Parts: sequence; structure tokens; C-alpha cells
Amino acid sequence: MRGAETFFIDLARLIVTWLEKQGMSPLVADIVLLVIQFICIAAIVTVNIIILIWLERKISGFIQQRLGPNRLGPWGIFQTIADAIKLLTKEDIIPSQTDKIIFRTAPIVFIVISLMLYVVIPFGDGMAIVDLNMGVLYFISVGSLGTIALLMAGWGSNNKWSLLGAMRAVAQMISYEIPLAFSLLGVIMIAGSLKMSDIIAAQNNVWFVFLQPVAFITYFIAATAELNRGPFDMPEAEQELTAGAYTEYSGMRWALFFLAEYTNLFAVSAMAAVMFFGGWQGPWLPSWLWLPIKAYIIMLVFFWLKWTLPRIRMDHLMSFSWKVLIPVTLVNLVVTGCVLQFFK
Amino acid sequence: MVLEKDVKMLEKNNIIVTTLEKIWNWGRAHSFWPLSYGCNCCPIELMASGAARFDIARYGYEVFRASPRQADLLIVAGPVTVKMKPVVQRVYAQMPEPKWVLAMGNCAISGGPFKDGYSVLPGCDTFLPVDVYVPGCPPRPEALFNGLLELKAKVLGQR
Repeated sequence: MRGAETFFIDLARLIVTWLEKQGMSPLVADIVLLVIQFICIAAIVTVNIIILIWLERKISGFIQQRLGPNRLGPWGIFQTIADAIKLLTKEDIIPSQTDKIIFRTAPIVFIVISLMLYVVIPFGDGMAIVDLNMGVLYFISVGSLGTIALLMAGWGSNNKWSLLGAMRAVAQMISYEIPLAFSLLGVIMIAGSLKMSDIIAAQNNVWFVFLQPVAFITYFIAATAELNRGPFDMPEAEQELTAGAYTEYSGMRWALFFLAEYTNLFAVSAMAAVMFFGGWQGPWLPSWLWLPIKAYIIMLVFFWLKWTLPRIRMDHLMSFSWKVLIPVTLVNLVVTGCVLQFFK
Repeated sequence: MVLEKDVKMLEKNNIIVTTLEKIWNWGRAHSFWPLSYGCNCCPIELMASGAARFDIARYGYEVFRASPRQADLLIVAGPVTVKMKPVVQRVYAQMPEPKWVLAMGNCAISGGPFKDGYSVLPGCDTFLPVDVYVPGCPPRPEALFNGLLELKAKVLGQR
């Protein structure tokens, strides 16, 4: 069991020592290790997305009393692979009236930002690529950058539906980002640190979801809005805006947006697991299995919400965020501060 | 020219030879994302085919895209009027290659009961390259699935 627990850390150490034996300086060896880690993350993300999309289609089917994809392979598990091959070989259309540079860079910016989120996520005991001492701040600030990519897509497409979708994404971001940050502040106050490893260590005895239930609920609502998932998927409201900011994108460029959304989904769920459910802590299984398990359970709740609730109106979301979520998170902060002071 | 003999020899050494087109066609044939166009009764059957009893998702064809840029298959499920023709033409032109057209119902195939009307075109194949015709007024979801599977066989090169 000890071997399984530190398997990946031992592997990384082995690679570094091997590289240094080949005559590399420690700095170069570290850079090579970083590149390997990035490739690993890209591979994990891709495989993860193929599973997630299949899972979402299956689960949406079960929720609607259907079967979901079941013709390609057992339980239809090759369905997403067929879709990926098709999207890779589709024609790449760039409409003549678009802003070419912005149109082309928008999907790349979106996927790069969502991959950047994975830098601080601790996949296991000591398995974060960089354990920043302000990891939570980094996560929130980088996560909110994704809206810029959506705005670029909407503006560059030169299409009214795209622009409306992008405007909605920005308006939505302004309203959910504040309660998102505030809801995490309570956890940070109890843990006394912005570092992911410290926050997980502080949950040794009790998970923060029991100490901060209100914060968890507000975080969950705000995170749903950040992910542009139902019931807050206004930027890509198919019935009103064709496909929102993605209307003019075809083939792999569109698939990159789709990829990035699911990448974000896993990152935000892993973040929820770290902040409220004890991160990689858990009995019996090695730590690098516990975080994905918890993240997948949280993602199932996201799926459940998306396929159960109807889309709400834009102004409803904004007034809900400003008039309900922000006051609630502020009161939560004050109460947390008072209790901390009282029991010091 | 690659000889059959060489291919056989490679297979003996555990090397499988295939053409990229086969893999691409496999992917394309199993993920038609439809863009639907319709008037009234065929779309109701289309909705029924997406719902619980028939479930088009079993074949993986349930991803109805509203934007033609992301669609592969134009399902014409209704009569095309003279006024609507440029719109349908434009939507078809906006779809990225490779793309297919499925004419669903008698109106889309031949104009149906409206074919003598001054404003209705006698079938959408007067201006679109239709791949599969699904007759019926309206056709049942099973008929639509049969049409989709015929199209799949066509893409896979089986007919």
C-alpha cells in the first residue's frame, strides 16, 4: 500500500535522478520534469473528457428515461471517440467577415486558461505541480479569465448571436465572481492559509463542508454559473442564441471550446473537493484515487442539476447573485469571523 | 499498387494496414449531428424519435445542433416553399463538409399534397443533393432510424 501511495512521486524522483545521471544540470532536469508533467496533464484531461462526455450523455439519457448511446461498443463507450474523429476531420470554416486573429486565438486562449487551472490542483499527497502559497487566489483569478476568451469568440465572429452570447457571459461573470470568491473566504479564514496543502491539512478532523455549509452551497451555485452549465447556460442558450458565442465555430475549433468547458468542469469540481471535502484525504485507497473519486461525485451532481432544471433568465441570475448570494456570503463571513474570535 | 500479398504478410507480423478514410468514415458514420428544418407534423415525429420511447441517442445521433456550422446532416422535414428556398440553400451552404441531406416525409420528397401549389417546390431534391429519402406522411420514428442507418451504410461504403 505504501508503494501505491507514493507511486507517482517515486516515479518523478526516478526520472529526475536518471536525467541528472545523463549529465543534465538540476535546473534542466526540473524543466524536463515540468514538460513531462504538462504532457501527463494534457493526456489526463483528454481521456477524462472522453469519459465525461460519454457519462453525461448516458446520465442525461437515464434522467430522461432513455438508454443513451449504446450501439458503439459496450454501453456505447466508443461514441465520444467517433465524435472526436468526426470533429477532427470536419471542414474548418473561417467566415470572411470575421476578425481573423481574434477568431483563431479565442479557442486556444480558452483551452490554455482551463489547463492553467490544473497547475495548483493537488491530485494526491504532495502531487500538485506547484503548491503555490496563494493557490486559491491563483485558481479564482485564472478561472475568471476564461470569460475573456468567450468575449473574444463573440466579438471576433462578427455575428449578432455570438456577440449577445459573449455579452451575457461577461454580465454573468461580473455577478457570480464576487460570491464565488467570498464563499471561499470563509474556508480560508478557518484554515488560515491560501495554500492548498494547508487547507487540506486543516481538514484532518472535520471536512469544511460541515463547518461552512452555506459557503459550500453558494460556491456550488456560483461555480455552476462559472462553468456556463445549466441552469445558468445563458451564454450558449441554444433556443435563443443558436449556439451563443460559439455560433460561427465549426469542427475542431468548436471542439476546443467544448473540451475547455469540460476541463473547467473537472477543475472546479476538484477545487470543491479540496476546499470542502478534504481533498485527497480518505481511508484505504491511495490519495491520488480519492481526489478524482470526490471530483467525479461532485460532477455527477452538476450533471444532475443540468438535466433537471430549466434555464433561468439572465436578469434573474444577476439579481439573484447581487441581492441574495452576496449578502448571504457576507453574513457567512461575519459569522465565521465572530465564531473564530470567540473560540480562539 | 500495394499487393494483397504484401498486406497479408504484414498481417502475419501483427501489423494491421488500413486507410485513413476507413477510420474517418467510421467516425463520421457514427456521429451525424442533425440540423432540422421542418413545418409541423414531421418535426413532431422527430421530437418523438428523440424522446424516451424511441431514443435516437442509442445510435449517437441525438446531438441536434442549432448552428449549421456544427451540424453534419440536414434533415429536411417539411415542404420547401419558394420563399423558404434561399434560406434552406444558405443553411446548407453554411454547413461544413462533409455534409449530408435526409429528406423526411412526402412533402420534402415530392411536395406531397402541396405539390401543385404555386408557392411550393416539388421536393427539396430540386435544389439540394439528397442522400436518403424517408417516405411517409409523416414517417414513424422507426422509419427515420432506418433512413439514418441506410445513410450510415452509405457513408461506411457498404452500398
